[in-house]
Amino acid sequence: MSLKEKLQSTYIAFEDHLEVDSPLHELRTAAMKTFEEEGFPTKKEEAWKYTSLNSLLKKDYSIFPKSDTAIEFKDVKKYFLHDIDTYKLVFVDGVYSSFLSASTHDKIDVCLMSSALNKDKYKPVIETYFNKAAKKDSLTSLNTAFTKEGAYIRIPKHIEAQKPIEIINFATGNEAAVLLQPRNLIIVEENAHVQIIERHQSLSDNAVLTNSVTEIFAEKRAYVDYYKIQNDNENASLIDHTFVSQERDSICSVHTFSFGGKITRNNLNFVQQGEGCDSILNGVTIIEGKQHVDHNTLVHHIAENCESHQDYKGIFDGSSTGVFNGKVYVEKEAQKLDAFQQNNNILISDKATINAKPQLEIFADDVKCSHGCTIGQLDEDAMFYLQSRGIAKKEARALLMYAFANTVLESVKIPELKARINKLIADKIGVNLGFEV
Amino acid sequence: MLDIKNVHASVDDKDILNGVSLQVNAGEVHAIMGPNGAGKSTLASIIAGKEEFEMTQGSITLNNEDITEMDPEERAHKGVFLSFQYPVEIPGVSVTNFIKTAINGNRKAKGLEDMPASEMLKMIKEKADLLEIDRKFLSRSLNEGFSGGEKKRNEIFQMAMLEPKLAILDETDSGLDIDALKVVANGVNKLKSKDNAVIVITHYQRLLDYIVPDFVHVLMDGKIVKSGTKELAYELEAKGYDWIKEELV
Repeated sequence: MSLKEKLQSTYIAFEDHLEVDSPLHELRTAAMKTFEEEGFPTKKEEAWKYTSLNSLLKKDYSIFPKSDTAIEFKDVKKYFLHDIDTYKLVFVDGVYSSFLSASTHDKIDVCLMSSALNKDKYKPVIETYFNKAAKKDSLTSLNTAFTKEGAYIRIPKHIEAQKPIEIINFATGNEAAVLLQPRNLIIVEENAHVQIIERHQSLSDNAVLTNSVTEIFAEKRAYVDYYKIQNDNENASLIDHTFVSQERDSICSVHTFSFGGKITRNNLNFVQQGEGCDSILNGVTIIEGKQHVDHNTLVHHIAENCESHQDYKGIFDGSSTGVFNGKVYVEKEAQKLDAFQQNNNILISDKATINAKPQLEIFADDVKCSHGCTIGQLDEDAMFYLQSRGIAKKEARALLMYAFANTVLESVKIPELKARINKLIADKIGVNLGFEV
Repeated sequence: MLDIKNVHASVDDKDILNGVSLQVNAGEVHAIMGPNGAGKSTLASIIAGKEEFEMTQGSITLNNEDITEMDPEERAHKGVFLSFQYPVEIPGVSVTNFIKTAINGNRKAKGLEDMPASEMLKMIKEKADLLEIDRKFLSRSLNEGFSGGEKKRNEIFQMAMLEPKLAILDETDSGLDIDALKVVANGVNKLKSKDNAVIVITHYQRLLDYIVPDFVHVLMDGKIVKSGTKELAYELEAKGYDWIKEELV
């Protein structure tokens, strides 16, 4: 039985537990139909030209894995931002762990998607927002059909969330291969502020495939600061779909730190619905071995006087492969736009590959759009300069790579997170840089 | 201290040095002058160990140790320092972090622990004062957006921190106004001792008014064609290089 067939039969069984006569169920049914028609994406599709899912689809995944493995906080502490107080939504094999979490309903909702889907009081919210920003492509649709659990976050008008929110998905590996499909819905109302950190972490060497969907709604003057930490092990793959819908004068930034995993695909979509929006998409990728990271970004400019900034840096060692496919789409109405896209890559080894494809489609006539893309090695003159000061080759390389990635770290607004990522970069590069951030 | 014997070097199959020999003893200041393209910077880079240049013949010894095959960092650990003509800009690394990494890199090579932070800070302050460097300057990204003068001053600051045995100043005077030149020269003079040596590479005699050489060498077409004392520098300033060419013929 192919994975697609298995998903089809599992869905039929899953339906038995659902309230069939509801708008939500209509969404699921339509989504499942889309997935059945389109199937898993292949390299024949332009958007998947450089990323093949074939190696992932052969595994016999458990679709709703057993969740009988208890994990102790001390064993997973390192995956949390433990030096500061945070709200936490923790899922173990797709199931909420109240033991590891710290949710709240005090002024803000930091709670569960399952509650939002099933409780009557959330019905209007679900009807207004759920699946409204998400694209109807096949993998997003697959997630929609199977939506069961995830984070539900709502920050009401004029409220500033007092602590960052961590969303962490653990896979324990109690089965040979698991498919996880978390679904997050984040609503940040007018003039509300939130900082969110998302992480997917496998705790064993068993295969994990995560097909994650997050919808973020930033209403008027809302401020959303979102960080994705991807530092999973070599048998864990992630296909992430994040959709950000911005209203007038909102500011949204998404930082993606991709330091590990077998195959990581980031589909990051921004739509600027109102005037004066600012979108920031930053990424640092540092991978080695046979790892693969694909950033597929889209910023859709619809309204006037908006800005978008993209800065993606990649360092590729071993026979790792990277993809940057960044699209900026400017509608005729999106005048006075300032859009900037930068993608710089360093190939450390001869066997590493990067496929970079910046795309600008501009239909407005009074805009400022720029993009730059570089692929290179470490600068030999800079290496000589550092070595001539007595810095060993390995440290000199590390220092240059650190410096290269550092411009992206500058915009991380949570100091503890910044320090943590700095350490991850130093660990990844394999040396102690010998200085503080 | 430094003994360069019959060094030939090329880059991309083009011969640049054609048999340079030079002996520098501890406590001495040597100036190397010569027209553009004579090979002055190449000689400096070869001593510091730049791999881009291929040394086809000859040897370089430092304190009786052959350093010809050593990596740049090993030479630095042995006490070689090159003040670059064009220091490289490294955004994202501050001057302070850079110098800390360099100091501790050198200590590690000698089997020493990292320098304690308080000692490092004290040393940084002392050397920055010597070169009249503003503290704010030290937290800026290395050489990024520095003026020509700031870059050169920063080079000498690094030299002051690393306390090399052999310092090679490659056109340290270019891009400096007279006040900055005096500060830099004063810094170099204060670091000079009977145990270390300086090689000053320059086009102009001006710097040599402040860093007074014991010997002056003329490098032309990849060879040292004439050596003398500081009076030779005045002669070159007044008459240019053509007369040496004629002498050679």
